[in-house]
Amino acid sequence: MTLMKSLMGAAASIALTAGMALAEPAIIFDLGGKFDKSFNEAAYTGAKKWADETGGSFKEIEMQSEAQREQALRRLAEAGSNPVVMTGFAFGNVLGEVAGDYPDTDFVIIDMVVDAPNVTSVVFTEHEGSYLVGYMAAQASKNNTVGFIGGMDIPLIRRFACGYAQGAKAANPDTTVIANMTGTTPAAWNDPVKGGELTKAQISQGADVVYAAAGGTGVGVLQAAADAGALSIGVDSNQNGMHPGKVLTSMLKRVDVAVYDAFSRGTEQPGGFSVLNLASNGVGYAMDENNAELVSAEMQATVDAIADKIIAGDITVHDYMSDESCPALSF
Amino acid sequence: MDYLTLLQILDSTLRLATPLLLACLAGLFSERGGIFDIGLEGKMLAAAFFAAATAAVTGSVWLGLLAGIAASMVLSGLHGLASITFRGNQLISGVAINFLAAGITVLVGQSWFKLGGRTPPLIGGGRFPEITLPFAEALRDVPVIGPFYAEVISGHTILVYVALLCVPLSWYILFRTRFGLRLRAVGENPAAVDTAGVSVIGLRFAAVAICGLLCGIAGAYLATGLGAGFVKDMSAGRGFIALAALIFAKWRPWYALYATLLFGFLQAIALRPDVLESLLHFKIQVQLLDALPYILTVVILAGFVGKAVPPRAGGEPYVKER
Repeated sequence: MTLMKSLMGAAASIALTAGMALAEPAIIFDLGGKFDKSFNEAAYTGAKKWADETGGSFKEIEMQSEAQREQALRRLAEAGSNPVVMTGFAFGNVLGEVAGDYPDTDFVIIDMVVDAPNVTSVVFTEHEGSYLVGYMAAQASKNNTVGFIGGMDIPLIRRFACGYAQGAKAANPDTTVIANMTGTTPAAWNDPVKGGELTKAQISQGADVVYAAAGGTGVGVLQAAADAGALSIGVDSNQNGMHPGKVLTSMLKRVDVAVYDAFSRGTEQPGGFSVLNLASNGVGYAMDENNAELVSAEMQATVDAIADKIIAGDITVHDYMSDESCPALSF
Repeated sequence: MDYLTLLQILDSTLRLATPLLLACLAGLFSERGGIFDIGLEGKMLAAAFFAAATAAVTGSVWLGLLAGIAASMVLSGLHGLASITFRGNQLISGVAINFLAAGITVLVGQSWFKLGGRTPPLIGGGRFPEITLPFAEALRDVPVIGPFYAEVISGHTILVYVALLCVPLSWYILFRTRFGLRLRAVGENPAAVDTAGVSVIGLRFAAVAICGLLCGIAGAYLATGLGAGFVKDMSAGRGFIALAALIFAKWRPWYALYATLLFGFLQAIALRPDVLESLLHFKIQVQLLDALPYILTVVILAGFVGKAVPPRAGGEPYVKER
């Protein structure tokens, strides 16, 4: 009995300290999965970096279906996790409804703006990063034709496509940009076979550099491009190493930085929304030993100069999401 | 649209139609034997995973193919056990297999490779190479037929040719052998087969096993022929399109070939919106093309174009005496 009592007491005190102590941060990965080598994996990298540096731990949930979003949010909020970070635009609507019910929990959403007092929104200027890799693609293309393959057809992905097309046309006005979307349902993030076929179709139309902004589908795009001897461009994480010497570069979107910062701030989230852009190194392009031979020093210098001009405001990259239209590409 | 573009679309058609064709023939055998199977999707998915996983570990695509077939046949056996031996509802068993496969592939994949349910990308001997058929290059200069042979017929992985050969083979087995006659009979009137002293249970298990074999090849083709590795849910509804094709083909092998080629063509043309636009002079939504296989199937089912009559005893467990 005494043993039982002390056990119960210990359990209660652990529960209490866990509740008070703070507040373990939590992260929810969107469909596509934690190890998509791309968007969600970048988020995981950031969370892991925080855990390694602080010795803290965090909770994580991987979405398996659309229906789980609200459930996952509520579960984490009720379990006392704080802050709750989620990756992906698709959480927008759900979070708008849920956030008000948990005023003491700080939510951080990446890729979407949700207007609530306890929500911090982080968005990236993907069009700027895509502009840079589009510029490089047009420079690397021998046929003056570059391709873009998006995942699910949503405004965010069109923003990637639009920035890319603008960059490609800026480098060489004669460049043809072929853009395809994989599909209109979330299954489009996980269909490497269709991604591969789209890549082959674009290559048969003359494209020799293909940019994939398609989550898990991108695996098939990069593979098909490498098989056919064409170059590809990865997205979100550094994907240069997936096919060394065949991936021109990767458009980096520092989701890892966003998650790391959110975790580090703990319960002191600023609220409102913040924009991670070229100037704050929120987006960029990846250079490492895998693509060193593909990108000449001259090319790199040109692109860096372009980046400086964008930061200085001399070049304005049109954002598709600002007016749902694109001057360089028709969808 | 020039000739070369057409050839490229047809080339893509053949690649995309192959998994549909194999799955469609798989469903054909099963349903002709009186066992409805909506678990084609799940079996393909499981086969894709085990084929890719085995090929990644051993470096041999042939072992991968065997593992894929084995995985698919295990699920088939499960379906048979539930719906033949225990006389359960065949549709529910099929749905369960789809769920089971979707979950177990990711779970096992994560525990083996720690890549979030993906397998490592396959390289070298882990994938089926593309085969250049004899004289493909020599005949390329022959007008019209030469490029067709070199572009469309030649240059696929061996599983594409296996799938195409399966069509006459299925026709022969089903319509020219004693086994085929009995198999068809067991899907129409199992009591008559039983009266003749032939085992209904045995025949139905044989049908389900052939279904597993073909689904296994289809899945292995997805992961080791078309793709280079497994990604979760990579079958992406192809098992269901194959079912639609089966109805469209009215449960006949040659029609199955035509139906899957048509569906493959629709998928391939959807990849080239520019070609469609230049042909039709207006912009057509890609989504419409993606939905067309299902729309066509509904049209067929509604009886507008001929009549699709399923095997009469399909879906009903056989009970000898009540």
